[in-house]
Amino acid sequence: MALPEQAPAAARPAPLALRRATLADREGALGRLLMAPAFLYVILLVGIPFVLAILLSFSGARSGSLAFSWVGLYHFATIIRDDQFQRTLVNTLIFTVVSQILVMILATTAANVLEAAFVGKRAVRMVLLLPWAVPVSLATMAWAWIFDSTFSVINWTLRAGGLMKGWIYWLGDTELAMAAIIIIHVWRMFPFATVVLLAGLTAIPTEIREAAVIDGASFWRRLFQVNLPLLLPVVAVAVLFGVVFTSTDLSVVYLLTRGGPYNSTHVLSSLAFQRGILGGDLGQGAAIALFLLPALVLVAIGLLRLARRSEVGG
Amino acid sequence: MAYVETKDLRKAFGDVVAVDGVSLSVGEGELLVLLGPSGCGKTTLMRMIAGLETPTSGEIWIAGERVDVDVPPRARGIAMVFQSYALYPHKTAYKNIAFPLEAMATPPAQVRERVAIGARRFGIERLLSRFPRQLSGGERQRVALARAVVRDPKVFLFDEPLSNLDAQLRALARYELREFQRQIGTTTIYVTHDQVEAMGLGDRIAVMDKGKVRQVGTPQDVYDYPTDTFVATFLGSPPMNLVEHDEQTLYGFRPEHLLPRAAFAQEEDVVIYHLRVRQVEHLGADRLIYGHLKEETRADQPVIAALPVTIPTPVAEDQVYEFAVPARAMRYFDRTTGLRRLDGAA
Repeated sequence: MALPEQAPAAARPAPLALRRATLADREGALGRLLMAPAFLYVILLVGIPFVLAILLSFSGARSGSLAFSWVGLYHFATIIRDDQFQRTLVNTLIFTVVSQILVMILATTAANVLEAAFVGKRAVRMVLLLPWAVPVSLATMAWAWIFDSTFSVINWTLRAGGLMKGWIYWLGDTELAMAAIIIIHVWRMFPFATVVLLAGLTAIPTEIREAAVIDGASFWRRLFQVNLPLLLPVVAVAVLFGVVFTSTDLSVVYLLTRGGPYNSTHVLSSLAFQRGILGGDLGQGAAIALFLLPALVLVAIGLLRLARRSEVGG
Repeated sequence: MAYVETKDLRKAFGDVVAVDGVSLSVGEGELLVLLGPSGCGKTTLMRMIAGLETPTSGEIWIAGERVDVDVPPRARGIAMVFQSYALYPHKTAYKNIAFPLEAMATPPAQVRERVAIGARRFGIERLLSRFPRQLSGGERQRVALARAVVRDPKVFLFDEPLSNLDAQLRALARYELREFQRQIGTTTIYVTHDQVEAMGLGDRIAVMDKGKVRQVGTPQDVYDYPTDTFVATFLGSPPMNLVEHDEQTLYGFRPEHLLPRAAFAQEEDVVIYHLRVRQVEHLGADRLIYGHLKEETRADQPVIAALPVTIPTPVAEDQVYEFAVPARAMRYFDRTTGLRRLDGAA
């Protein structure tokens, strides 16, 4: 039976031009084409430099020369015995662990606050994201003034408020300088973690959260027994990003203290930069930079497994 | 005596009025079904009773206590079964059922005992160590029900709990739900858009549309004596036929009452129609006949007749037959207001 003229468009045969399969219909080809830019990016800008770094760490390469001599584990053996390196390794661990704990506490709190409905929520969200969006050099310059030995606004405020008699030399004291670095880094990192956690919170089905309300659970019980466990996969990913971004971060240390005072605030990446690029010992720089790689890989595997396991609820 | 009562309850979301002055009362131990199309306000009404939404105005009373101001959900003595069941995915069935008890700081020994009783009631003892994702739809529903009963709530609230089950399981689940509610005798409010569910489950049905309650009554009452054309066409599948006889009046009759003239005794008081048949559907237990009425009505009126297999009269497409509706089954509605009238006099 011929279809009547007024038959719905879907029931009529397609015009000729649409009947042939186009590139967009061939899933294999289209998939590869769309993947290509990302693939190239990873190979050229991540893969090759990474392999190069590994090769460099086993070589005696120095800047200014194209010579490549194989030295095996010499650089690793050297840096392990180096006091400065040991100090730096401990710094990196403290820097990473302490700032991640602070970031997660702040981000969880902020995400829970931002999730509640209140007037001006959007504005607050915007403001909260600012530290993350501000260029790190600019932000660190501002912080450098805040911690300045003469003009520190913290010191002046404490003095004016009668809370302090003496004077704090933030960047002149080993511990305080490390604290300052951690404060700035936490300030920079927690907006991102907040956004990730907020997305995770929003993804928890409303009915489940309402069920917990109806079931009579208090705020804390809902937080620790329902929301946080359901957030665990997202938290794991946020922590993973945080650990990677923190343990490989160079900017705050380099811009604020340049590793000082007396090289006491160096982290692995700033030390690697100093020895490898500024000092010209490319091999040792690469070895320092790569030192944490095995540990980071293990952390990443552990966190991703945690995320996966809690996702399937097993 | 009213156990759950709403007085002129209203809820507006901005300009949209979701619930528009609803006054309902549910007796102790009664199962009241809130029935209506999506967006009619039934879920919002239930959520206000649960305490998940705050009313814009009006009052809510549960067991003689006013709860709409300053009584949080946990203090209202309600339990709710959600459409998705809302089981905690990271907790085992046991932990799910125990959760409301633990939230009330019940001693551990008592928690174990009551979870065991709840599990036995729904036959899920052997599923207690499983996670929700390892359970079938029907099993999840039982866990959700068990979680709702362990606390001994004053009122059960059900939000379309059967809509995620497949058709076969749904009939069984409906039966079990009714059994269970009768056994424990807890006052229950049940939200659904499925009229079969509403008819089968409810002691009474409140039919809602556009934020208002159109009619409250027993399933039979609401089906037989719909108060207006909305209720008449919302209940019943296929819906009630409404045909225009004159400017002011709509005649309403259910498809199962529109039968061949020969199916009625000669002396029975009937309204006769000439039906032009357009299509016949054989559904097994009955035949659905789609056709038009012409002679007796104002204009061409589409109608549906449902002939049970016990009436084997041959019916062919494109033929005109003499059909009839018994006068006792005829309902009359005002064409302008849609409200039911007592007779067909213009």
